[in-house]
Amino acid sequence: MIHSYKLGGMNIVLDICSGAVHVVDEVAYDIINLYEEHTREEIAALIPTKYKDNPEVTKEEISDCCDQIEELKASGQLFTPDTYEPMADTLKQKTSGVVKALCLHIAHACNLNCSYCFASQGKYHGERAMMSFEVGKQALDFLIANSGTRRNLEVDFFGGEPLMNFDVVKQLVAYARSVEKQAGKNFRFTLTTNGMLIDDDVIDFANRECANVVLSLDGRKEIHDRFRVDYAGNGSWEKIVPKFQRMVEARGGKNYYMRGTFTHANPDFLEDIKVMLDLGFNELSMEPVVCAPGDPSALTEEDLPIVMAQYEKLAELMLERHRAGKPFTFYHYMIDLKGGPCIYKRISGCGSGTEYMAVTPWGDLYPCHQFVGEDKYKLGNVWDGVTNTDAREEFASCNVYAREECRDCWAKLYCSGGCAANAYHATGSIKGVYSYGCELFKKRMECAIMLEAAKLEDDED
Amino acid sequence: MKHIKTLATKNLCQSAKNGGCGECQTSCQSACKTSCGIANQKCESKSK
Repeated sequence: MIHSYKLGGMNIVLDICSGAVHVVDEVAYDIINLYEEHTREEIAALIPTKYKDNPEVTKEEISDCCDQIEELKASGQLFTPDTYEPMADTLKQKTSGVVKALCLHIAHACNLNCSYCFASQGKYHGERAMMSFEVGKQALDFLIANSGTRRNLEVDFFGGEPLMNFDVVKQLVAYARSVEKQAGKNFRFTLTTNGMLIDDDVIDFANRECANVVLSLDGRKEIHDRFRVDYAGNGSWEKIVPKFQRMVEARGGKNYYMRGTFTHANPDFLEDIKVMLDLGFNELSMEPVVCAPGDPSALTEEDLPIVMAQYEKLAELMLERHRAGKPFTFYHYMIDLKGGPCIYKRISGCGSGTEYMAVTPWGDLYPCHQFVGEDKYKLGNVWDGVTNTDAREEFASCNVYAREECRDCWAKLYCSGGCAANAYHATGSIKGVYSYGCELFKKRMECAIMLEAAKLEDDED
Repeated sequence: MKHIKTLATKNLCQSAKNGGCGECQTSCQSACKTSCGIANQKCESKSK
């Protein structure tokens, strides 16, 4: 399977199953797209018709180009057949059965009242609650005990707003550090915060202990303050931006994400990214809102072409800034063509419900933070472990080949079938697909690969 | 004339033989939390 597209003045051909990326000229682009359906003789007859005004496209050049395509095919870099499906279950099992990451819901409460929050203002459609140290400690013990030979263990302090329960966060990190060496583990902590409670103590702690911090900012003040308000209805932009700036500066400008959400109110989200850049932030993430289709903030079909164009313009801006020596990163465009994930990861996906679980303040386990509150997907708890083995098996069997819609999609080994929670909310099944999200994802991948290809071309020049 | 430039990429077929150590980051954990893919994850295998 191949995918060919034109973007940023480049003709790009992806060989999906080998992972190869080719930048080709116009003639090669046309021939590659004819290649599977036509013989060499037919191609030799079709191509000159299109290029009759171009004297460089001779019979010899066409033949030479066909030879180059055949060489790539023979070396497994073009038209590589998909041989992964029979081993998909085995591959996923190799990475299942151990838990390596937990999302700790430190606080089911929030000091902001954002109407677009997928977690219903941090309470996940339930009661306000704080995680105790005892529950958190048991969660860390559960993680260590179920992590097999994995050395790197990830724990995200999430909410609600985790800094509303900061003392427990600090105690849990101290506990993890006291046991990790003896257990042969390396804890990597992340903190996801709305910024309201950031102070010097938080900054010192986060910079010392957290491998990454995720800071919520939607960009333009009027966009941010439209949703991200306190319980009195006051916007939070003015309060949090100086705090984020101090925190990022103290981290040396690294190991953070300024994470925005875009909605129907701002499909032109590039303007928000530019505001983040102007504020001095360079490690950025901007996510489409997750909400029910009828919600006023939900992205619409009319928004789709606007958003797609924004992704292209974002790639252009990144290239421009890269060339000007002022680069910035965008989470979804951070693609490493040489050192990216292996085929196991590409088939298995995010690991929700198997490698990755969320823990509620009272110690229940769910497949991920987006399933918290869905009773049928409650997996168990941190004392008894996973007891709902049917639900775990459902997630374990959820690989890219388990989704019929993904079978012929060129992006399947880049997205791995997508987000189970998005699929569940859109279709009622974790093995469904959220097609709107698919369109956005495919555009992001096209842009990300084009950006990498352009940078490599720059390096060669 | 060279019509096709092939970029250096990880060979996925090869990674079927030696991949799967599982040390890489859980994709949703790092930043997005709502719309993850896996293409932007780094490989952390020591034997790559």
